[in-house]
This record gives sequence, structure tokens and C-alpha cells, in this order.
Amino acid sequence: MKAHVYPRNDINTDEIIPARYLNMDREEDLAAHAMEDIDPKFVKKVSEGDLIIAGENFGCGSSREHAVWALRGAGIRAVVADSFARIFYRNCINNGFLAIECPGISEMIDDSSEIEIDLKSAEIIELRSGKRYPFKPFPEFVKAMISAGGLMKKVRQQLAEKGLA
Amino acid sequence: MGMTITEKILARHSAHEKVSPGMLINAGLDLIMCHDVTTTPAIDMLKKQGIQKVFDPRKIVIMPDHFVPNKDIKSAEMIRKIRLWARENGIDAFYELGRHGVCHALLPEQGYVLPGMTIVGADSHTCTHGAFAAFSTGIGSTDLAAALATGELWFKVPSSLLFRIRGKLPKGVYAKDLILEIIRRIGVDGALYRAMEFRGDTVENMGMEERMTLCNMAIEAGAKSGIIAADQVTAKYLQERGIENYSQVESDPDAVYEKTYEIDTGSLEPLLAFPHLPSNVRPVSEIKEKIPVDQAYIGSCTNGHISDLRIAAQILKGKKVASGTRCIVVPASTEIWKQANREGLLDIFTEAGAAVSTPTCGACLGGHMGILAAGERCVSTTNRNFVGRMGSPDSEVYLASPATAAASAICGYICDPRTCLEEKS
Repeated sequence: MKAHVYPRNDINTDEIIPARYLNMDREEDLAAHAMEDIDPKFVKKVSEGDLIIAGENFGCGSSREHAVWALRGAGIRAVVADSFARIFYRNCINNGFLAIECPGISEMIDDSSEIEIDLKSAEIIELRSGKRYPFKPFPEFVKAMISAGGLMKKVRQQLAEKGLA
Repeated sequence: MGMTITEKILARHSAHEKVSPGMLINAGLDLIMCHDVTTTPAIDMLKKQGIQKVFDPRKIVIMPDHFVPNKDIKSAEMIRKIRLWARENGIDAFYELGRHGVCHALLPEQGYVLPGMTIVGADSHTCTHGAFAAFSTGIGSTDLAAALATGELWFKVPSSLLFRIRGKLPKGVYAKDLILEIIRRIGVDGALYRAMEFRGDTVENMGMEERMTLCNMAIEAGAKSGIIAADQVTAKYLQERGIENYSQVESDPDAVYEKTYEIDTGSLEPLLAFPHLPSNVRPVSEIKEKIPVDQAYIGSCTNGHISDLRIAAQILKGKKVASGTRCIVVPASTEIWKQANREGLLDIFTEAGAAVSTPTCGACLGGHMGILAAGERCVSTTNRNFVGRMGSPDSEVYLASPATAAASAICGYICDPRTCLEEKS
């Protein structure tokens, strides 16, 4: 996975997907405008399976889940940040999208580095140097949600058990 | 060890006698608020999972506000889809154009918000309703879909920060300046994942609208919620809406707070958040250079209440908006619009050369009805000044109180509202 590093703090949802595109909600439509107001070249730079590394409070601002969908649509498979804003973090988990909190990471990794995420050992691995950066493992219920493919799959299961869907 | 208001509400709504910060719980929901932008995807998710029915149509309120009146064909289609879905599901509380308003002004105004409730809304400023001693928080579309289907959601119980606020607000200083001061002090992630509880004589002396302004911007400090205990002021607001019965809830004397902040309002001044963060705050009086403004925007869920419009009108009365500056006034709800009309405020605005709009979130989020061009600058009573928030990524937004925005509209550059208020008295 190639890392696209934006070491700034407080990258907000208006920058990740500007409100002028919120009259759309399909992932492929939003993807074309991901990160447009912070880096107009972002979409061209990203290949399927890449990740973003960022500073503190990533995803602050609006509750628009369109921010997660725009990044996923653009090919991003994970965001690793020093810290996350609350609603964005929830939106990631609910979508089964990897949001990994790793304090200090934004200053450790160079842009365009090749990175691997080891979920079992809860480490970010910089492949060229072999350096490992541990992160706090997900709580069990978050792991379950991510492996189930998100909250709605869980809800569907719950309702089916009650005979409601 | 006691519990805070937030902990008590979450305990009552989950299967726990007592909850403490960090616990993961499932909480039942009393009220679910939907608007146009985030609800359409939730409807698609429900359909995709084959979920035909919402858990309880009486607990769901739909208030399209972001792109109303319909801004373009795509937004018209979105709102139409929600309208049809609401009908299919028997949801009567759909606030159509003509009864519409910015959801966070409309929801309490229409008497939906009661102390002790758990409320979720698919909008980050849902923290506003904590002003009524409710646990109220913003969620995304997947959470909304899950909430609509099941009537419950998972939460991590937040720790609470206590803000003890004392003193009278000086002339020209309002609830907006107070919350900007708090965000300046703690930063845009200073309350990350936490509940902000506001208390003290300053808060007690505030009306409900000012308390809503305070809680509204809790999210701008990263908070999960803002909350204020209910009192006689709350009771009066609810009585005016025919509501007498609701649960009383307040923090225990031995409740545990992660941190307590003491704030004395005596030395507060009119404040301004410079681009591009709400924490980038300086007193207006310290600005030495003239900062010309292309637009002054008075409205939004933060400052579009009738009390805000009265303050702006007090300053704009008999004056003219400066040549080269546009002034837009957006009452936050239809009822506020009508009340402003009855009081003659709309005449004052239009005589001054301001344009009065129908209620909408509109330009606050760069949607429509007042978008900024590259190189333009806006002084705004809204809540965010991120890059591109109100239009071009090369425009600038300065956050301020309605008084500062109105005074700046007259001057054509950002100015201290106290100069205008002194002139009047």
C-alpha cells in the first residue's frame, strides 16, 4: 500500500468532500472529488489499495458519511492518523472501513512510502526500513463490525433473529 | 460516586443501573432527526438490507433544510425520494417548504425536544439540543439507517468536561462570543469524544436560544454532546409549547468530571474566528488593519434565532449596508421569519439594503443562496470557517456574533459592534 501523507492537523470533511458535491451520494460520483480542496491532484495520485496518513483530528466537521465513501471510492483502503474526529471515526467503523489511530505517525512516515498494516499484531510496517509502529488494537466489537462488513449487516442479522426482516 | 446528567440519561436508556466513561452500551432512542443530505443514503441502505419498516414512525422527524428550496435537479430528486419514503412509512412529521426551517432551530421550536431524552440526528450540530438537558448527538447515514430500523444505537459513554461560567456578559458580547472563547481556549479537538456540560450564573441568566448557541458549537471543539441542566427558563419555553411533563435530570453533587474549566465573562470582548479554524480566535478590538468584507451573513442553526435577528436589527435600524458589501439575513425557521415580520425586523433589514432569505442552511455550508467567489471574504454568524466552507476554496470566512456581523455590514469592513451600540444608546 502506498502512503499519501498529509501531516496537517484538523483535515475536515469540507476538504475531504466539499458540500457542493453533496447532491450526490454514489461512491463513484463522490470519488472524483475526494480531497479536492486540500489537494486537487489527489484522485490522480491514488491507486486502488493505497492509504492516507494524517495528523490529529482527521475528519472533523460535518457528519457527512460522504467523506468515507469519497475516500473509499477513490481507492483508499485505510486512513492512519494521529487521532480522529468522533463522527468520522464512527462512520468508518460502521462502513467496515479501516480508521487506525496511531499517535505520532504523521511525522514518522514519508510521503509515497510503501506501508503494510498488520491487524493481528496491531502494527503499521514501513516496508523499506522494516520499522514497525504499534497502534492500539480495536476493541472486539469493532473488529466484529469490520469483519462483518459494517453496521447494517449486523442490524439485518439482529432483525432477522427477531423475525422482523 | 455520582453520575453526570449525560451518564444518567445514558444509564436510563440502556440496560444499566450505572454507566461510567468508556463503557460501550446500546441505548434506546427517543427521537431521530433526519434532513435532506444524509437521509437519502440511509433510505438506500434500508432498502438494500430489505428492511421495509422503521421501528416507530412517531419518533422520527424529517426536516429538509440544507438544499431547500430545492437548489438543483439532483437535490430536488433527493428530497422527493425522502418525501415518498416518509409517506410509505407513515412518518407524519415531515416539515415541507412553508413550515420548514433549519432543523436545529425547528426541532425544539416545534416542541420535540424534552429534558432527559436521547436524541440522534444525522447532522453534526445535533449537539444543539443538549441545551434542553437531553443527550443529543450527531451521527452519519449508516448510524441513521440502523437507528431508523431498530430504535437503538451503540455508544461509548463519554467522559464529561465541566465549564463553570460566571458573570454578566459585557455590552456587545453574546453567547456566540462566549463559545468562541471556549473553543479558543481548548482548541478544535479540546473536547474530542467528550460531553461538554455548561453551568454557572451566566448560563442560568441565558434564554433558551442563547443556550442553544452555546451547545450548538460543542462539535467545533470535537465534543460528542453539549449539555445544560433544565431549570425555570427551560420549563417556561416548554410550557409555551404546551409541555408540562418531562423527566427531571441533573448531575449528582459528587459526579466525576475529567476536567473543570472556570470562566469569568467579565473581561470578555466581541470575538472573531479567523480563517480557517473556529479556534483561530482574536478579539475584534485587537484588529489593527481594516479587513474589508464582501458579504455579511446573519443566520444558521447557530445564530438565526429571533433573539439574534433582534440584535442585528438594533444595529442595522436606520443604517445602510456599505457600498461594495452584501448582507444576507436568514431567519432559521418559518415561525422565526413570521415573528421577525410581525416585529418589523424584516423591514429594518430590507430598508438597510440587506436581502432577507427564506429559512435554509443554504450558504452556511456552501450549498446555495449566497456562495462566495474566489478571493471573497465573508463575516458570518455561522459555525465553521474551514477552507471552501461557504464557496470557493479561495474564499475566506470569519465567524462572529450577529452584532459584529451587522456592524461590519454597515462599515464594509470587520468592526467592533460596541461602536454601533454606543451610538444608539
